[in-house]
Amino acid sequence: MTKLTDLNIVEAVAARKKNEFSCVDMVKEYIAAMDKFRGLNCYITETPDLAIKQAEESDKKYAAGTAGALEGMPLAQKDMFCTKGVRTTAASNILNNFIPTYESTVSDQMNKQGAVLLGKTNQDEFAMGASNTTSFFGNVINPWKASGARSNQQLVPGGSSGGSAAAVAAHLCIAATGTDTNGSSRQPASFCGVVGMKPTYGRASRWGIVAFASSLDQAGIFSRTVTDSALLMEHMCGFDPKDSTSANLPVPKWSQEVSGSLKGKVIGVPKEFRIDGMPQEIEDIWEKGAQWLRDAGAEVVEISLPHAKYAVPAYYIIAPAEASSNLARYDGVRYGLHVDGKDLNESYKMSRAQGFGAEPTRRIMIGTYALSAGYYDAYYLKAQKVRRKVANDHVEAFKKVDAILTPTAPSSAFAIGEKSDDPVQMYLCDIFTSPASLAGLPGISIPVGLDKENLPLGLQVIGKPWDETTMFQVAWALEQAANFKALPQEVA
Amino acid sequence: MSYILQGQTGDWEVVMGLEVHAQITADSKLFSGAATDFGAEPNSQVSLVDAGFPGMLPVLNKVCVEKAVKTGLGLKAEINPVSVFERKNYFYPDLPTGYQISQYLHPIVGKGVIEIDLADGSTRQIGITRLHLEQDAGKSIHDQHPTKSYVDLNRAGCALMEIVSEPDLRSPEEAAAYLNKLRMILRYLETCDGNMEEGSMRADVNLSVRKVGVKEYGTRCEIKNVNSIKAVTMAIEYEARRQIEVIEGGGKINQETRLWDPVKGETRSMRSKEDAHDYRYFPDPDLLPLKLETKWIEEIKQTLPELPDEKKNRFKGEYGLPTYDAGVLVAEKIRADYFEEVAKGADAKLAANWVINELLGALNKDGKTLEETPVKAVQLRGLIALISDNTISGKIAKDVFAEMFVSGKEAAAIVEEKGLKQVTDTGAIEKIIDEVIAENPDNVAEYRSGKDKLFGFFVGQVMKKMQGKGNPAAINDILKKKLSS
Repeated sequence: MTKLTDLNIVEAVAARKKNEFSCVDMVKEYIAAMDKFRGLNCYITETPDLAIKQAEESDKKYAAGTAGALEGMPLAQKDMFCTKGVRTTAASNILNNFIPTYESTVSDQMNKQGAVLLGKTNQDEFAMGASNTTSFFGNVINPWKASGARSNQQLVPGGSSGGSAAAVAAHLCIAATGTDTNGSSRQPASFCGVVGMKPTYGRASRWGIVAFASSLDQAGIFSRTVTDSALLMEHMCGFDPKDSTSANLPVPKWSQEVSGSLKGKVIGVPKEFRIDGMPQEIEDIWEKGAQWLRDAGAEVVEISLPHAKYAVPAYYIIAPAEASSNLARYDGVRYGLHVDGKDLNESYKMSRAQGFGAEPTRRIMIGTYALSAGYYDAYYLKAQKVRRKVANDHVEAFKKVDAILTPTAPSSAFAIGEKSDDPVQMYLCDIFTSPASLAGLPGISIPVGLDKENLPLGLQVIGKPWDETTMFQVAWALEQAANFKALPQEVA
Repeated sequence: MSYILQGQTGDWEVVMGLEVHAQITADSKLFSGAATDFGAEPNSQVSLVDAGFPGMLPVLNKVCVEKAVKTGLGLKAEINPVSVFERKNYFYPDLPTGYQISQYLHPIVGKGVIEIDLADGSTRQIGITRLHLEQDAGKSIHDQHPTKSYVDLNRAGCALMEIVSEPDLRSPEEAAAYLNKLRMILRYLETCDGNMEEGSMRADVNLSVRKVGVKEYGTRCEIKNVNSIKAVTMAIEYEARRQIEVIEGGGKINQETRLWDPVKGETRSMRSKEDAHDYRYFPDPDLLPLKLETKWIEEIKQTLPELPDEKKNRFKGEYGLPTYDAGVLVAEKIRADYFEEVAKGADAKLAANWVINELLGALNKDGKTLEETPVKAVQLRGLIALISDNTISGKIAKDVFAEMFVSGKEAAAIVEEKGLKQVTDTGAIEKIIDEVIAENPDNVAEYRSGKDKLFGFFVGQVMKKMQGKGNPAAINDILKKKLSS
């Protein structure tokens, strides 16, 4: 018999309905696995007691025939999601002791469908990073190991949702939420060989998610399969009157539509994404992906996104600007870390200096500078103009195509410490995911193969605004064709 | 009346603009559902949004937008179909999020105008630059502990309208008249209670001085903490003098923010331009641009009440009231409504006199507001009807009113009870007059020999005998006839 932790959600729900095991059984297997792989540091806070209690409730619901769509499924929440009564830190010392009295809309909706909480996953501090090396609670380690010369190196899981991606990859939860501001739910998926997705900006409520860059932040999800991703998203999304940027649109039953035909669909491949220095094998797998889609009946055409190369620089003005303001509330006055100084200003300085790590500090400074009198027009306003041009590129492209296919990241997982001396190198990890974030588009990363070091590679599908359906269908077709079954050695 | 200050080097003129923060009358805050009652227990009206908890988001309160639009319409101002909320960033313990949500480049209301009334009967048009919506901050309390400060967040997030005038004001009187009229308009519109003591209306004064005849503006200072109309007047007088003295002493005015100290009666420097915050305004990404439909603005327009200036003109035309009386009556909407209720079918001028002189006088003496009046409008109308139909004299009516004010009884009942009905029976009056003439032969003789002034003496004697109840007109008539025969 396969281990319960090997099942995806669709399989687990079906088997549980047939009473092949109890929810408590499954949760206990996960708790054991979390114990075994604690060294990966995927979780900041584990909630085994709560999980068992919730699993018991779920078993009762299965017995009563009132099970929800995610009933008894052992999930993890990224530590950006406020969870009632469970510590929520955003991986920052400044929120080290923060226990919310409220539940984020997204996690609340999952809970209403019976989700079980295994714990809160590690991440980059305030979701700032692409390697999960900025967490106050230590690095997350990618469960994948390179073959060959680098086999003794610890690799990054990507970021910022590295804990969630690694936990799904190592089977330490069945699925996990992420957040995606510039690729944080797609790039780690690519590095860890799982499916990672973000919906259109405005699809999922931001209420109760620790804010990083409000105009870009969206809830995301990591899962084993595209169908699981679609199913989870169905229950995470929806209009929320508590979030003024949330869209009042019905949420389609994506999980039932993923296998739709691609006949007549046109897929765009942006020529500007063939960048210098990208490994040939990524270029190859990209072309392979295009061929799979042709085989599935789609037409693949080259498109141009001329401003996409300015997305990362624009992002690194806009996101820090918003973050510099969003993070002002962490002042040690009402909650979180407080350090007493000789007066108010010193208390502010000491609380924030000890509370924030290097990356949030760097971004607060960049953002404060970009918004300052005399620099606003040159930086923030200019970046907003660039953002509009990036978005317009996509509007033009989507007049001709139904979805866009790109690599998710310009490399496979790199070693911990490899890019930490050079923030700009680190920022370039987001080069393929950033444009969709700036344009507010839905995007998904699907594992499609291994590179020559046996590390997973992902392809990204970007959809039209509010057309996650086509995006899921293209992703599903890739998943079918790629038939990616590899697991990290220690997990398999 | 121009306000010219004489300095050692010549005559000076004062130039002022006012920034008024008016708290919107609303049950909940601008971006949260928390209540807004004044005087509640500290930190008892605070939502997670107001306290700036992680992941909390603002949701705009439609009622506040409606009131801002209504106020804009009342100020005869342009309503902007698109406005933008921005973040004004600064650190302070009573500002939980570290930024205030305000409007900056794109306010909800643009240029408008207020007509102010001056003591000499003249009026002036004062331009309104803009009105924008913003959140209030909480309150820091520094005097409860030797080394610590307390923070009360009840006010944090309450909706404010910042109403900015053009630099059109030229004297303390004009500034006071502007505040009075603005307050009056806000209260008519029911968009702000205008209560300066409770801080629901606060004014900052921007003031500069220049030599009479000079066109350019001088360097201005902003004066904060002027929390009453009297304080505004005093602060202006002080600050204008100070600036003139500095300039005449060879100094320069620095652009700065100054604080009015009501105890010492002086302004003092709070922060200079160099120390001014860089607020790093940028559009709030949590809120979409505020778009108003023309249809909705039209609907709000339909709900506008008659405003003080229009009402005053109507009172002058419809009731034939003098400007002063009309002005007094429209100062408060409830007062104007009361007057109109009294004047229904009654002599309007008499009604105005009674409301202004007797009723308001009596209320004022008792420290009561019109809301608390023991004499209802319809009762006062009843009293006036008794005067008009000669049932009682004006003099007796004052006694009856005094009684009404104490007991709340109807005028007619008091007149009946106390037998105060006026005697109009000419036979009875003649009889008394005959008695008075008979009792005062010397005076009669003097009168007849030309001492007309004694007529009043005879009227008084007759009234006294009739206990004030004689009809004055009838007494005059008959007395005149009898004395001249």
